[in-house]
Amino acid sequence: METLSLLLNGLSIAIQPANLLFALVGVVLGTAVGVLPGIGPAMTVALLLPVTFKMDPAGSLIMFAGIYYGGMYGGSTTSILLNTPGESASIVTAMEGNKMARAGRGGPALATAAIGSFVAGTIATALLAIFAPWLAEVAIAFGPEDYFALMVVAFITVSATFGSSRLRGLTSLAIGLTLGIVGIDKLTGQPRLSFGVPDLLDGLEVTTVAVAMFAVGEAMAVAAQRGKEGEGTVEAIRGSLWMTAEDWRRSWKPWLRGTAFGFPIGALPAGGAEIPTFLSYAAEKRLATNPEEFGHGAIEGVAGPEAANNASAAGTLVPLLTLGIPTSATAAIMLAGFQQYNLQPGPLLFVTSADVVWGLIASLFIANVMLIVLNLPLVGLWVRLLSIPRPWLYGGILVFATVGVLAAKASLVELGVVLALGLMAYGMRRFDYPIAPVVVGMILGPMAETQLRRALQISNGDASVLVTSPISATLLAVAVLALLGPMLWARLGWSMKADED
Amino acid sequence: MSTITRREAVALGAGLAAVLAHPAIAQAPTELKLLAPAAPGGGWDQTARTMQSVLTGERLVRSAQVTNVAGAGGTIGIAQFVNSSRGDPGALMISGFVMVGAILMNKAPVTLDAVTPVARLTGEWQALVVSAASPIKSVADLAAAVKADVSRVSWGGGSAGGVDHITAAMFAGLAGADGGKVNYIAHSGGGEAMAAILSNRVTVGVGGVSEFEQHVKSRRLRWLGITAPEGTAGLPGPTLTAGGLKLELQNWRGVFGGPGLSDAQKAGLGEVVEKMAKSKAWADQLAAKGWQDTYLAADAFAAFLKEENARVEGVLRNLGLVRA
Repeated sequence: METLSLLLNGLSIAIQPANLLFALVGVVLGTAVGVLPGIGPAMTVALLLPVTFKMDPAGSLIMFAGIYYGGMYGGSTTSILLNTPGESASIVTAMEGNKMARAGRGGPALATAAIGSFVAGTIATALLAIFAPWLAEVAIAFGPEDYFALMVVAFITVSATFGSSRLRGLTSLAIGLTLGIVGIDKLTGQPRLSFGVPDLLDGLEVTTVAVAMFAVGEAMAVAAQRGKEGEGTVEAIRGSLWMTAEDWRRSWKPWLRGTAFGFPIGALPAGGAEIPTFLSYAAEKRLATNPEEFGHGAIEGVAGPEAANNASAAGTLVPLLTLGIPTSATAAIMLAGFQQYNLQPGPLLFVTSADVVWGLIASLFIANVMLIVLNLPLVGLWVRLLSIPRPWLYGGILVFATVGVLAAKASLVELGVVLALGLMAYGMRRFDYPIAPVVVGMILGPMAETQLRRALQISNGDASVLVTSPISATLLAVAVLALLGPMLWARLGWSMKADED
Repeated sequence: MSTITRREAVALGAGLAAVLAHPAIAQAPTELKLLAPAAPGGGWDQTARTMQSVLTGERLVRSAQVTNVAGAGGTIGIAQFVNSSRGDPGALMISGFVMVGAILMNKAPVTLDAVTPVARLTGEWQALVVSAASPIKSVADLAAAVKADVSRVSWGGGSAGGVDHITAAMFAGLAGADGGKVNYIAHSGGGEAMAAILSNRVTVGVGGVSEFEQHVKSRRLRWLGITAPEGTAGLPGPTLTAGGLKLELQNWRGVFGGPGLSDAQKAGLGEVVEKMAKSKAWADQLAAKGWQDTYLAADAFAAFLKEENARVEGVLRNLGLVRA
């Protein structure tokens, strides 16, 4: 009850006209930078930080939160329509979303992403308000061995979604793991696979690789196919522009499940937004009544990961507000924003600056409402993009992709990487190797490696630490079950569908 | 000079320089380009943006522009700076302790020798902390544990070869163990390291003083010691020296001009930066951010750099992070 009254008090701060205006400015800016390639929410907040120095703390923090949430929304738009994910968390969205868009179902894809983000954002913000202090305690108890076990679960469940041939999927995964090794080894400081090129010392940017593999590779594939028979044009709208009753029925469970993955993992200090989107995608595929539709534009594959993505953004605020631990680039810059006003996030923040904290949490609810009001009417406008003739559309995508990469990191090496990987992606498409495992391997590989080595370093090389922690033991058991379960069920002659739901 | 305002002094300086163009008179630039060789949000970027707001707010220059060139501990930024700012009297690059280490470790082709030291500006002391539940109560306890078996003591901090790692290695060396064998668990970003320290998963945590202050206040962490000299004012906890182990180290930041500047251009840059560093607005910003004012003018800064480079190189060599 105390929480509720504090929240109501926060709402009264958030609905002051000036703060509403800041929230609006934040979500509009956030959506804009999310749609534009190369400028993420982190950079936007960093650029605005000095400007807001003289502003009222509550107002500017509310604006930053609006940018954060808005960026998450905007990123999904380009992923779905142009197959160019602007940030790593919307890579999974591109996989099914772009297929839907090209089948004339861009409208429902955008709508399920927007409404899913709203549902997930609202539930996750409520969870943030109620459980934040308690959850923070649980989250820091997560050690490296537990993270490693979580990565194992992600690897195993995701590898089930690798397309028709396991061997081809694993080959792609190995390419991704190799790309993930490039750069300075995080634990020893030694360079790996950087071939003396200083630009490679920080490793490859995930978004650069994703844009090269998805957008550039596909543009080349489309160009190579031109003039051949059976290549129809992309239809902008086929069927309803809005979600049908069927779409709603197929979307609501993935929204809730995505939230359940996104919020807790986002709250972990090393959780991030990528793993929950992978797990959500894998779960939806496994639970779907029509798994064969995955890879060809299944709405569940957009609804779940998008919800997970947004829920994890709210989760990130748990360690930031309660412990002063930033767990994403944007959160790190928001922390700098707090410090600019001499507010020190941490256990004392809820006591010393209750007004600011609850005002911020309340404004997250408001930002969510504003985002959906802002985004749904734009769906019709966005999908028109797809009626642009194909050579122009793909030409535009190429420009968009390269400009985005250069905006994020102005270096010729980066451009070379995009072109080289784009060429490789074209080859992989040509010979029917799946693309997604490359990106999955590149994101999960380095995380898993770092956490495993950290766990062993702390335990002085004693590998039993991987199974003695209750959290990691449970997660590893889940992984074994996910690996062996389907085989056992199949052998016992059970239909996998029989005991679900 | 004390009878005229800063603004007049700058105008006068600039006017004189323009009219006379005499090499002995400082040529203070009116437009500055600040290069932060790191991504937006980090310490160098914040330094650049703070400078920008103070320089323009106090009207020391007409405009100041910040660009970010991220990558490889700043070694990409410095390479670009040397190429693009040769003889440019209005270009400044932010740098610091971390770049000294990164240049050595990455065997960077362009080093700080290629640029012109202008001033050291700020610094942060390092601190060693333990979780409230830790059996280690004092610097002596930690030193004894390190000496008994250096690999059993795990250190949680930032990136490998960075200031935290160097602090840990120096502590082990001073405690009588092999600094090169220190069991250092590197983390990217402050968040993950803090979680490991708070949950008592690592034996000891190392990082900037301001990162830990809040957690010590809420009694989740305890100070072991701070790497400041004995008697430094305004420290939130005891020094390492007071605990019986003389380890002094500061994570400093400063600014450099481009290569090939004339003496007058150098003096002009130095003048603008000094005025900024002595302003009240700058002092207020430092206080808000928990940074120490460690201003050193060009010559003293250059001498300091030489010493610092030798010291860091020794530690990194012992860690095996720099090879001949």
